[in-house]
Amino acid sequence: MGKFQLFPDQASAMAPQVDLLFFYLCAVTFFFTLLIGVLVVAFAIIYRRKHEDERPAETHTSKLLEITWIVIPFILTMVMFAWGAVIFVNYSTPPKNAMEINVIGKQWMWKVQHPDSQREINELHVPINEDIRLTMTSEDVIHDFSIPAFRVKMDVVPGRYTTEWFRPTKVGQYHIFCDQYCGTEHSRMVGKVTVMTQGDYQAWLSGQVRGLTPVAAGRELFQQYNCVKCHSQYAPTMANLYMSKVDVWEDGKLKTVIADEDYLRDSIVNPAHQIVDGYVGKQNMPAFKDQLSEEQIMQLVAYIKSLGQNEDKEDPVRMRNSYVPKPPATPEMNGLLTK
Amino acid sequence: MTTVPYIPSYETRETYLNSRYSVASWLLTKDHKRIAILYMLSISFFFLLGGAAATIMRIELMNPHGYLMSDDVYNKMFTTHGVMMVFFFLIPSIPATLGNFLIPLMIGAKDLAFPKVNLLSWYLYIIGGLMAFTALVAGGIDTGWTFYTPYSTTYANGWVTLTLTGIFLNGFSSILTGLNFLVTIHKMRAPGLTWFRMPLFLWSMYATSVIFILGTPVVAIALLLVIFERVFGIGIFNPQLGGDPILFQHMFWFYSHPAVYIMILPSMGVVSEIIACFSRKKIFGYEMVAFSSLAIAVIGFLVWGHHMFLTGQSVYSGMVFSVLSFLVGIPSAIKVFNWTATMYKGSIDLKTPMLYALGFIGLFTLGGLTGLFLSTMGMDIHLHDTYFIIAHFHYIMVGGALMGYLGGIHFWWPKITGKLYNEWWGRFAAFTLFLGFNVTFFPQFVLGYLGMPRRYHTYPEEFQLLNVLSTAGASIMAVGYILPLFYLTWSLKYGKSAGRNPYRATGLEWQTESPPITENFEVAPIVTHEAYDYAEMEPAHV
Repeated sequence: MGKFQLFPDQASAMAPQVDLLFFYLCAVTFFFTLLIGVLVVAFAIIYRRKHEDERPAETHTSKLLEITWIVIPFILTMVMFAWGAVIFVNYSTPPKNAMEINVIGKQWMWKVQHPDSQREINELHVPINEDIRLTMTSEDVIHDFSIPAFRVKMDVVPGRYTTEWFRPTKVGQYHIFCDQYCGTEHSRMVGKVTVMTQGDYQAWLSGQVRGLTPVAAGRELFQQYNCVKCHSQYAPTMANLYMSKVDVWEDGKLKTVIADEDYLRDSIVNPAHQIVDGYVGKQNMPAFKDQLSEEQIMQLVAYIKSLGQNEDKEDPVRMRNSYVPKPPATPEMNGLLTK
Repeated sequence: MTTVPYIPSYETRETYLNSRYSVASWLLTKDHKRIAILYMLSISFFFLLGGAAATIMRIELMNPHGYLMSDDVYNKMFTTHGVMMVFFFLIPSIPATLGNFLIPLMIGAKDLAFPKVNLLSWYLYIIGGLMAFTALVAGGIDTGWTFYTPYSTTYANGWVTLTLTGIFLNGFSSILTGLNFLVTIHKMRAPGLTWFRMPLFLWSMYATSVIFILGTPVVAIALLLVIFERVFGIGIFNPQLGGDPILFQHMFWFYSHPAVYIMILPSMGVVSEIIACFSRKKIFGYEMVAFSSLAIAVIGFLVWGHHMFLTGQSVYSGMVFSVLSFLVGIPSAIKVFNWTATMYKGSIDLKTPMLYALGFIGLFTLGGLTGLFLSTMGMDIHLHDTYFIIAHFHYIMVGGALMGYLGGIHFWWPKITGKLYNEWWGRFAAFTLFLGFNVTFFPQFVLGYLGMPRRYHTYPEEFQLLNVLSTAGASIMAVGYILPLFYLTWSLKYGKSAGRNPYRATGLEWQTESPPITENFEVAPIVTHEAYDYAEMEPAHV
């Protein structure tokens, strides 16, 4: 950061992988650009018109030659496709035990909250050699959280969560850019990420103002908005809900969805969109779209995710188990709801 | 090649240019050649506007902190640049000028199938263009030419609705032009001009017209929906109104990616004509080149999702779009190889149009290959929305589409005006443009890989050197743009008479007078040979 370079820093585990792919693409590009360039110039010199009445003989099209220059580019590009897809799939599946940091974009700043409650604006402090997963959303327009030194970026879209993950490998400070045009001060929606050793990171954490962790804040909200009243009895309970399979009704069709962060968010802001099987036609939950800020929604999601996490998160049996919601218990309880 | 009786050329003979002089005879003309001239003048106006905006941006970017204007003004500049160049210059450029002028001449017809509709197309274009221009003068817009929601529907100030209405109207101009071309090529070819005797320019116009007709309505609807949400608050794209912001990107790119092929296919057609003429050879693998145009038009409709790998789109859709994006590159590669092979053992004359065509091949090759970086999903994570993309699509749109347009204008200038321009000035301008272009845009590949985002008014200081280099290149490029304005205008008055066929090219358009009479041909031509039959060329000058 700050000095003239022709090649960016490699500061994440993904950076060398992406750069290797880049060199392959560059090699193909240079070879063919050079090949075509040399041939064009050479032909223009060798076969230059010597007199005005020159009539070159017709060259007959060679099928073999044409097939060659269809097949070779095809093979070279399919290698690009497969290589790129492997990197992308890896990038799209964050490690299960990654540290989770929440990021909210708004015109024109980044708000960051660490799992241990520390907050930052336009800065992100992360420990080296640890998988970090960002869960991101926007309060207004589409932004994009980009860290070139890590070779990662992802759009930050209002109304849904997107994620990006990385594993920093080099201590230092690197740029954060907003890469999706977001209005007047788009080019000032920048920040820096600081990669620290584990020791420095712990020291930094303890030097920051502490507040409620996202999970604790979510628990408070859960009580404050009286969510607990319904969700302990005649509404679905939420233990072990996160990442389980849920059968829901959407637009009159039954389908099975994974209860990821987006599902949890959607169920809070717009509960009528997907209704859990067994609850259609029952008293529906009110939409909290206009009552909660994006940050509060993220805290609630963090809290719901934490429910039932005393069991092993990686337990494959738990991952396979479908979430079976408790059906409305008794008619009397339904009567209570309509009051 | 064809049986056209020899018509003596008189300096005072009547042509489409001098048959009538009144203003009304131009503004109400149904002659495709005059409409082509109207387009040529109007797209040049919008090109100069877009170019001016780019000049201002490049001057501003010499300093990392922004020293001439506010963020807001800068954002309006790149929006103006994009809107003017894409919608009002590049998309109509070759089809509306050279296509309009040449399609009837190349197929031996008197005019397009629907001459009045053709005039209507120009009026829709000019009304749309003036609306966008009015919006610009009134204060402009800062959405970028892509109008991403919900920024464009809810957050942006300025004259978004007026601009969108202008682009919407302009879309109908494209649709009607495409319709006109398709019907004309299907129904009005001269006797003997079978599909596979057609010059490749006609194949490329055919493919372009298909995209015009199938793609433009979708973007028109998308833009209309933006207006609905913006003006009436109907929730379509803004999640706070229950909409989906990514939906807009699907609809927008469904057209706007094929729109890239609207820009490049006509240039490919022009380049095929030029290479054949100045190599005196039939295009190597004619059928392959013709089918490549159609393949690009068809597959081009199925790749839009490669603009959206990082929006949270499913990984599997991403993979499908990625594979298809590679496949659409293959026909382009075929064309480049075939053009190069055409020159082999040819009789090559490096006249001005040929320099543009060779420049096109080089720049398009690099532009196309760098597109592969962006189709590669793992690579796109790093490159998306950086200057790498800016450099890539300028290699395609300026290095490709614009070089092709200028090559075509130089190639057919003697036919359109009946005059020859100064060859050395032409060559000098072509070379200057090629040089300036590379100095401007090559550093932007490096900037992109370093991570500099597009649409940034201010940027970190370590990027300054490459930005200054880019601006220096732009000033060289500007010379390459401005020179033709002078020597081409000069040729109108002082240029030598061109004669019918100064390059001894094949093709029906060269069989008639330069400039042609209003009816194009004295006697309806009959075609007896394949296109580019240079081996059968008459030995002596006509």
